[in-house]
Amino acid sequence: MSASLLIDARSLVRRFGSFRAVDGVDLAVSAGEVVGFLGPNGAGKTTTMRMITGFLEPTSGRASLCGFDVGSDPLAAKRCLGYLPEGAPAYPDMRVDEFLRFVARARGLRGAQARSGIARGIDLLGLNSVRKQSIETLSKGYKRRVGFAQALLHDPPVLILDEPTDGLDPNQKHEVRSLIRTMGEQGGKAIVLSTHILEEVEAVCTRAVVIARGQTVFDGTPAELDAKAPDSVRQGRLDHVFRELTRSASVDKKEVLV
Amino acid sequence: MSDEATPVSAAVAATVTPPGPLAGVVTVFRREFGAYFTTPVAAIFLVIFLVMAGVLTFNVGNLIDPRGQASLRVFFNWHPWMYLFLVPALSMRLWADEHRLGTLELLTTLPLTLRDLVVGKFLAAWAFAVLALALTFPVWLTISFLGDPDHGVILAGYFGSALLSGGLLAVGCAVSAASRSQVVAFVLAVAVSFFMLLTGWAPVQAFFQSWMPQAGVEALASVSFLTHFRHSFLRGVVDLRNLVFFCTVIAAGLWITGVLLRAKRQGR
Ligand SMILES: Nc1ncnc2c1ncn2[C@@H]1O[C@H](COP(=O)(O)OP(=O)(O)OP(=O)(O)O)[C@@H](O)[C@H]1O
Ligand SMILES: [Mg+2]
Repeated sequence: MSASLLIDARSLVRRFGSFRAVDGVDLAVSAGEVVGFLGPNGAGKTTTMRMITGFLEPTSGRASLCGFDVGSDPLAAKRCLGYLPEGAPAYPDMRVDEFLRFVARARGLRGAQARSGIARGIDLLGLNSVRKQSIETLSKGYKRRVGFAQALLHDPPVLILDEPTDGLDPNQKHEVRSLIRTMGEQGGKAIVLSTHILEEVEAVCTRAVVIARGQTVFDGTPAELDAKAPDSVRQGRLDHVFRELTRSASVDKKEVLV
Repeated sequence: MSDEATPVSAAVAATVTPPGPLAGVVTVFRREFGAYFTTPVAAIFLVIFLVMAGVLTFNVGNLIDPRGQASLRVFFNWHPWMYLFLVPALSMRLWADEHRLGTLELLTTLPLTLRDLVVGKFLAAWAFAVLALALTFPVWLTISFLGDPDHGVILAGYFGSALLSGGLLAVGCAVSAASRSQVVAFVLAVAVSFFMLLTGWAPVQAFFQSWMPQAGVEALASVSFLTHFRHSFLRGVVDLRNLVFFCTVIAAGLWITGVLLRAKRQGR
């Protein structure tokens, strides 16, 4: 691929006890790519993202961000990363603006840089009306938006978003999707987002990666994903393909159990 | 896929001014210290601490000791037992809450080192404890008004008390890092602190003495927070050995905290 590989994960494996939650996943993403990370519940999406972002250590394999190894040069790798963890964790007792200020400082932004980063985050995610509200009093959707804003403050070249549109209303879903698309196309960022909404992949992603039981079962463009459905299927073509791809995996599992 | 992953954004990453060596610690410290004041914990802690310090000093023990010498000895004598419950109340939320809220994931994926996190949080809690201690200054004023105390001894007492709270806090940090629940972190920290204090308490030592060789009793006493607190600072002596003892305890507590957190990342 191109020389601008911003995310490069090789044969990531993660075991919990004897259970392999992630079993040899490769993920290479270049600038300008928006990758939709799909898979049924428990497929290992969150675990993979946690290894790429350095929260979990892989059992084996390695990951690098912007060319910096996450294991051996974590600070440099994390400086070029914006990460929205699953469930958008934040400190409930902080106000939105305080929380964003804290993250900006932790990212090394100071003074005018910090102010403009925070203003950008508040503006892009429509948080102006809740700026002074404490996070515990926010609705689910606003909480998610705060988590997203936090990931954008420093305009990072790499964005990893775990279910960014979960819990958003249709208007906000639309806004956030176009925001992600623009950041990929014009911002030249490398973006990975996980989702359970297959239309989202068609709407914003340049590439789809499907995993099941910790293994990659598809890696290609959304059009290629769609093309895997037989012509006879008219409605819900992606759902059909998704079911085919991930069901074969679960059938295997049953056979093992029998 | 090619192997040449060039660090394109070495430039991008460099646009952010590289922070000084203490910037991370300061950032964490500010958030944690502020967090004590956004919850009722701060107010409750300060009130209990000040009321207890006052009541215990003026009622339970007599400020003017039998020899007619004005000193704050009685006041400081109560500190270990006040800290036993109050310090774990400060340390319990430090890490247990991060685990429970999932914010540990956010913290550890920010460009902060584990050292920044561990030291920053500890210092914030310690600064809060020292603030509470400093607010007992009216006791000092009162005794100065009533009699003619040795101010050097009182200063040494305050210094020792601050060190003692630091040692207990470091224990509490490590316990909190191992737990998801604040309640569990609190109870465990009280239990461990109780043990660390008790081994130097006279009645307990007498019990040990009845069946243990003298060397064993002395070894136990030598790791007791109580011994180190009472036998030097309360006599107005700032002994280097006691200073080193508490610094070692703090360093060990923070080191264990780091080890526990790293173990969590590796999935126990
Ligand atoms: N800390 C852990 N200890 C034990 N098992 C874990 C742990 N974290 C995740 N798992 C297991 O690993 C598997 C993958 O989980 P993961 O959260 O990565 O799935 P996911 O693809 O993100 O699912 P979802 O779509 O529901 O978010 C699951 O079976 C989960 O139970
Ligand atoms: Mg998940």
